[in-house]
Amino acid sequence: MKLEKFLAQLTEAPGVSGYEGQMGDLVGQAFSPYVDEVRKDNLQNLIALKKGSGKNCPSIMLAAHMDEIGLMVLKIEEKGFLRVTSVGGVDERTLLSQEVTVHGKKPIIGIIGAKPPHLQQPDERTKSIKMHDLYVDCGFSEEKIKELVRVGDLITINREFTQLHKSKAAAKAMDDRAGVALILETLKELQYLKHSIDVYGVATVQEEVGTRGAFTSTYGIMPDIGIAIDVGHGHMPGILNKEDTMEMGEGSGIGLGPHVHPKIRKKLTELADELKIAYQIEPSPSPRGTDAYAMQITRSGVPTALISIPLRYMHTSVETLDLEDIKSAARLLANFIARIDHEFVEGLKCF
Amino acid sequence: MKDLIKRITEVFGPSGQESKVVELIKAELEGHVDEMYVDIMGNLIAHKKGPGKKIMFSAHMDEIGFMVTHIEKEGYLRFTNIGGHRPWTLKGLRVIFDNGVIGNIDCHSDTKPNELNYDKLFIDIGAKDKAEAESMVKIGDSCGFYNSTLANGQRMIGNSMDDRIGCVILIEAAQQVKSSPNDIYYVFSVQEEVGLRGAKTSAYRIHPDMGVALDVTPTGDTPEGAKLNVKLGDGTAIKVKDASVIAHPLVKNFMIDVAEKNNIKYQLEVLTAGGTDAGAIHLTKEGIPSGTISIPCRYVHSPSEMVDLNDVKACVELVKGMVAIDIAQILD
Amino acid sequence: MLLKRLTEAAGLPGIEDEVRNLIREEVKDLVDEMRTDALGNLITFKKGKIDGPVVMLAAHMDEIGLMITYIKDNGLLNFKPLGGIDPRVLVAKKVLIGPDRVPGVIGSKPIHLQKSSERKDAIPLSSLYIDIGAKDEDQAKELVKIGDGVVFDTKFSEIGEGCVKGKAFDDRVGCAVLIELLKRDITLPLYAVFTVQEEVGLRGASVAAYDLDPAPDLALAFEGTTASDVPGMKEHHYSTSLGNGPAISLMDSSLIANKQIVQGIVEVAEENGINYQFRRTNFGGTDAGRISLTKEGIPATVISAPCRYIHSPISMMNLNDYNSVIDLTEKYLQKIAKGGFSK
Repeated sequence: MKLEKFLAQLTEAPGVSGYEGQMGDLVGQAFSPYVDEVRKDNLQNLIALKKGSGKNCPSIMLAAHMDEIGLMVLKIEEKGFLRVTSVGGVDERTLLSQEVTVHGKKPIIGIIGAKPPHLQQPDERTKSIKMHDLYVDCGFSEEKIKELVRVGDLITINREFTQLHKSKAAAKAMDDRAGVALILETLKELQYLKHSIDVYGVATVQEEVGTRGAFTSTYGIMPDIGIAIDVGHGHMPGILNKEDTMEMGEGSGIGLGPHVHPKIRKKLTELADELKIAYQIEPSPSPRGTDAYAMQITRSGVPTALISIPLRYMHTSVETLDLEDIKSAARLLANFIARIDHEFVEGLKCF
Repeated sequence: MKDLIKRITEVFGPSGQESKVVELIKAELEGHVDEMYVDIMGNLIAHKKGPGKKIMFSAHMDEIGFMVTHIEKEGYLRFTNIGGHRPWTLKGLRVIFDNGVIGNIDCHSDTKPNELNYDKLFIDIGAKDKAEAESMVKIGDSCGFYNSTLANGQRMIGNSMDDRIGCVILIEAAQQVKSSPNDIYYVFSVQEEVGLRGAKTSAYRIHPDMGVALDVTPTGDTPEGAKLNVKLGDGTAIKVKDASVIAHPLVKNFMIDVAEKNNIKYQLEVLTAGGTDAGAIHLTKEGIPSGTISIPCRYVHSPSEMVDLNDVKACVELVKGMVAIDIAQILD
Repeated sequence: MLLKRLTEAAGLPGIEDEVRNLIREEVKDLVDEMRTDALGNLITFKKGKIDGPVVMLAAHMDEIGLMITYIKDNGLLNFKPLGGIDPRVLVAKKVLIGPDRVPGVIGSKPIHLQKSSERKDAIPLSSLYIDIGAKDEDQAKELVKIGDGVVFDTKFSEIGEGCVKGKAFDDRVGCAVLIELLKRDITLPLYAVFTVQEEVGLRGASVAAYDLDPAPDLALAFEGTTASDVPGMKEHHYSTSLGNGPAISLMDSSLIANKQIVQGIVEVAEENGINYQFRRTNFGGTDAGRISLTKEGIPATVISAPCRYIHSPISMMNLNDYNSVIDLTEKYLQKIAKGGFSK
């Protein structure tokens, strides 16, 4: 499936943390032509295996999370208004006046509303609206909505995948369906390359609530190398200075910090230089925030690295990125995989 | 049941000091399970053997408390917290040590309530001076709230309902369940209040196919209270999400089905903060489908936690209903 | 002197190479086995003369410091903290950057040029930078790279009565304790594990503990821990006091200490007339916490040498406390070698 089409399909479908079942099915279908096995584990991580040509060969796990942040029904109030809470890190200020789908017995449309500005005090208008003051209005009576919606039902923002200028695109949940798409692109590239090692492509669950799926899927696979693929902050006007961001369209980021094994990073950057694949260095002193955090400290430890796709407006419904960054990073990863052997893997435990 | 609740909530057992609770539960379960043992961390594990898959229930024995860090020359005790307290609620509360010494918490006299923190609080055990205090307690000793547990009709008030009431539910269920298609582990865990620690190591050892925590949950039914769905007296609460776990859809739906088929009064719970043993269990090894049965409880982490006996009974029925069904059917 | 060599070496979270190489040299003739793992933990094993109990001793190699994150057009370097650092301790310090130990200084605007309102507030991290004397980006790039670690340039020496000063006492002091214990005649099978990445979230310890075979029956972590017996603090705020002996942990944010171990150590201290204290706060996490929750659980606690001003470029420790940590631990290990340890 073409990258744009796959990403459109994934980002438009719902898959809030803890409820990734349908998302896993979509990913599994897309991966299956390129892999030998597809399975789901106990927490619904989608695990695909493309076997290597070697005997007793080492393995690499590529992990990108398929869950997205979202909202959940906290309470059904009089007149049928739904009070909500967030699943994952939602910025309340991006929610006002969004059109949403409430995933009840059947999907129903809702609008995120709050007290009208006309009726607010002047000083209220300059303040952000808090989550507990927002509500979802579905236009149903209390009686009727209680037949359709229960406490704990999920809510996602309605947003069509949109192609912007040239290779740029915007959608909800690019974080981290773009990473899942990068795995698919890597698997496609690998069709034309010989690789001796086993390749696990894992669409992980529950990253947004604490990299939970990465802990359990890594435990099950116990790869020799783990590569987390996630999105990183793209440069934009405003508070972020250049040092904390990457340029969209100039290649994906290669992470640098305690969560990244120095030898894997070195090999990735050397290979990128050799193949003339654009990349950026993304320094990060904190190991937190991506699946690499969990993968690295599973069981007796996994040598890990991090690939970041530059993305603007993270954790909003208009996450924007450059598709070329995904394609170039996929080429890099596929070639990296093709060049790994026993000797390289053995060396990762020698400090 | 009222008697058991009173006895078990009045037993001493801050995190790390659960052995008296272990003794009480062991005596209650004697003859009702196939084996019981205490593991390295101090968890009490009661195993009722069955032919099928393993289901692990976990309720924690530990309560929040305090640890003595310093003894003043006048005999007052300085302390720090074990688990989550709100320091501004502590003034005037009574505490008890393992050896029976009781004391009263008070604060520096010029402190405004909203400025209260552990630096400004102390415990008075009535000692004349440091030497006498040291003969009664030592630095490093822990204490917990000291209150009688009282019943007012179907409502009971006392400290440590969090989570001895969960222990009571497992005890009652274990006493009533004579056989099950499942291999049942009732785990009475330690150190939940300081980070779900006992559940983590016991789940690793048992490696169950399904995990279920039993713990209290705050309610939204008090004046100008939190916007929460759960009400005291509205039945057992089936958790959808808290900060530690998103209940596995299979387990959540299993609980709902059992409740509906057995006419057990239930409500759905979404909690924006907090965690239970399920948070640790579900991330064990390759992941374990897990959920939580919550007991509605007002004033959680205060010395007067209130539960409704009808809710408690509904929780017991839900546990019994779950173990009556072969969980292999649910998990496939 | 071992403490001097260890504390003057660089070892940052994820960049522990210099310290690891130094420790490897120090212990190579003292142990039977030695290896590194996927994260860079240095795991050594001394078989001993009896089968058990098997003990894991742990200390972390990493110290808090900085990481170069950006090289500016004008040759100045931006950085971010590696581990928990109070930005107020950074102003006007000498630092060493990267594997080649390139010297630099952390600059700030002179007092003459500050507005009086500026002087009231702490200088935020975002306005601090490192000056290595490069005139532009190209010159700077010849000397340093993005991702290079930065340590404070602090010399170790004796100070006052029986005290020493230096950097990275948290936790080179623990590393030194482990090395000294390996030199003693201890009959138990002993793992001395030098862990990585403690300062960024206790990441090395559980990984190191996971696959040890034979599995440890108990674990002791060693730390240079906060001593708060300083002006401005009341006695009940003292977490530990300098000169009052080894500090035994009962509880921290990651651990409730195993009672049997604590009781054993206290008995040994009292039998041998060794001064000791309890660490009297529940603040801060340690490798012992992570080790204690590995697999089915490993009984553990922490023994610390009190150090004033840790997590800053310079800290102070009493040598008696340090030596007593080693003696107390040796005697405790001998005691359980004879009397055993039942979980």
